[in-house]
Amino acid sequence: MQTIRIKVYLLAMLLLGASFGARATLTIEITQGVDSALPIAVVPFETKGLSSPLPVDLAEIVASDLNRSGVLKAMDRASMPGMPHYSNQVNYDHWRNAAQDYLVVGRVLEESPGIYRLEFQLLDVLKRRQLLGRSMPAKKRDLRSRAHQISDFIYEQITGTRGAFDTRIAYVRAQKNAARKYVLQVADSDGFNPQNVLESDQPIMSPSWSPDGNYLAYVSFENTFPEIFIQHLATARRSKIAAFKGINGAPSWSPDGKFLALVLSKDGSPDIYTLNTSTKRLKRLTTHRSIDTEPVWARDGRSIIFTSDRSGTPQLYQIGADGGKPRRLTFEGNYNSAPSLSPDGRYVAMVHALRGEYKIAQLELETGNLTILTDSSLDESPSYSPNGKMVLYASTEGNNGVLYAVSIDGRAKNKLSDQAGDIREPVWGPFESR
Amino acid sequence: MNTLTLIKPWMIAAVLAVFVSSCATTQEEVIEDGAPAGDQTQMEGGSSGADSSGGVSASGVEGGTEGGTSAIAGGEMSAAEMLQQPDGPLSNRTIYFEFDSAALTDESIAILEKHGSFIAANGEVSVRLEGHADERGSREYNIGLGDRRAQSVRRVLLFQGAATDQIDTVSYGEEQPVDPGHNEAAWSRNRRVELIYTVN
Repeated sequence: MQTIRIKVYLLAMLLLGASFGARATLTIEITQGVDSALPIAVVPFETKGLSSPLPVDLAEIVASDLNRSGVLKAMDRASMPGMPHYSNQVNYDHWRNAAQDYLVVGRVLEESPGIYRLEFQLLDVLKRRQLLGRSMPAKKRDLRSRAHQISDFIYEQITGTRGAFDTRIAYVRAQKNAARKYVLQVADSDGFNPQNVLESDQPIMSPSWSPDGNYLAYVSFENTFPEIFIQHLATARRSKIAAFKGINGAPSWSPDGKFLALVLSKDGSPDIYTLNTSTKRLKRLTTHRSIDTEPVWARDGRSIIFTSDRSGTPQLYQIGADGGKPRRLTFEGNYNSAPSLSPDGRYVAMVHALRGEYKIAQLELETGNLTILTDSSLDESPSYSPNGKMVLYASTEGNNGVLYAVSIDGRAKNKLSDQAGDIREPVWGPFESR
Repeated sequence: MNTLTLIKPWMIAAVLAVFVSSCATTQEEVIEDGAPAGDQTQMEGGSSGADSSGGVSASGVEGGTEGGTSAIAGGEMSAAEMLQQPDGPLSNRTIYFEFDSAALTDESIAILEKHGSFIAANGEVSVRLEGHADERGSREYNIGLGDRRAQSVRRVLLFQGAATDQIDTVSYGEEQPVDPGHNEAAWSRNRRVELIYTVN
């Protein structure tokens, strides 16, 4: 009998921050930029007079966030015509000549040791006026999160869309040559601050965020069979919620947080069920002898989109949350699976096979238009950002899984890479996941 | 409970001595190659079979022969000893599949009938069927596919008289490849069901 070792972690929020910087952090590389991105200069924040240097470079975090969006293009620091920290120090002509549309200036004030106040201003270079100014308190450990919030303010002011930089992602990391080979991790949306949720020497799969961002549901093989657990991130308290004979898979939280959709094969073939998480009542939605799997909820909670090969190949279907007759959604191609629904409910991202290559595609539900978003060949696990502007997914390079985020127009792409592991099954948490 | 995974060198030597006159050459090929020799052709003919995973193996099972039972249940060896025969009829414990398919080849059915008869004749034996898929496509769909493959194998074993409580199935989908490569050769080795025996 082999020994199974697992370890459950609580996300020690108090220990968060710079100390995690040395751990296998994801690094981000923009692999595909957008010509039409709006130029913005994020000047390094003033930090003079601080009792010790800041552990992070706030302007660098903001610039990198904005770059990743594909909507904005941050100016290279070395080319900046000046280093103003207050709006009244700005010579607008210089920035206009440097072809910048927007300018961000800011400073860090130390109120007491380790307690800061961050101030920043977003300026419109052409109109020579302030668009936004904010001041916020920050402790040393949440400087990174505060920088992402600044990015969110700027992004929303310029685009009118809520920013999703100050959110988290979850994913599974497979470690070669490690005692516990599989690790479920949660990190910031830019891949920093990775923290372990669960480590096991048996596979971990299919993480799913609760809508309040406090829990993850996942599949663990720690008892040599797949079982579904729910884990409270802050306390590491977890409960096993499905351990039926056969498959227990693909958990997905309903928008109100009261139900999980899941896949069980206890009655024969894999079928979609819903589970009331408080009463534990199970309801079977599909009965076909095909593989029915990968359920996700519509935003109104009234229907579920899932993968089924009832037609002979995997395709996406929609069924009422109380059951009924499923309606087929995809007709292009012979492999469409792993749906993710955009937050506005207009689009479904999926794994789509095209001439033997597996790509991420997006279906517009109203028109039936299918757009291919990626150009690699082993892409999987698409997941929308909570503002619906990016799709996070996993791809394969060499022998490692790597994470990418692509804009929903397919034009901007970032790689979240990591030398230390094989990363898969990313899921972008809700706005509340912070 | 005693999981049989180790084959001692002396056992190989002993059994080889017995088998060397008859079938040493062909058996050696099978042992050295991760995938059975027949798998290559199976794979190349693959694309047409990809969509026809429905009715799997019913006809093949009915064509089962009587050869299996006598070959397996006979002799004075214990179940454990029979399982330890490196070139024995039970030595092939991996069944391979085509892409997106759980259909068994005639060759696979013949192998599984021997296992089914052995399990049926040895109540103290139980088997865990671990279904796997290649890495392509989505992970939970591949869990479904691995399960379907394990069920396909299970059906043949039951048809030979194995009892339901002697067989467990689990699907690992694409989580545990034997070959980490990203090409057809690797994928064909990863689309498999492994039979893991336990003698109670």
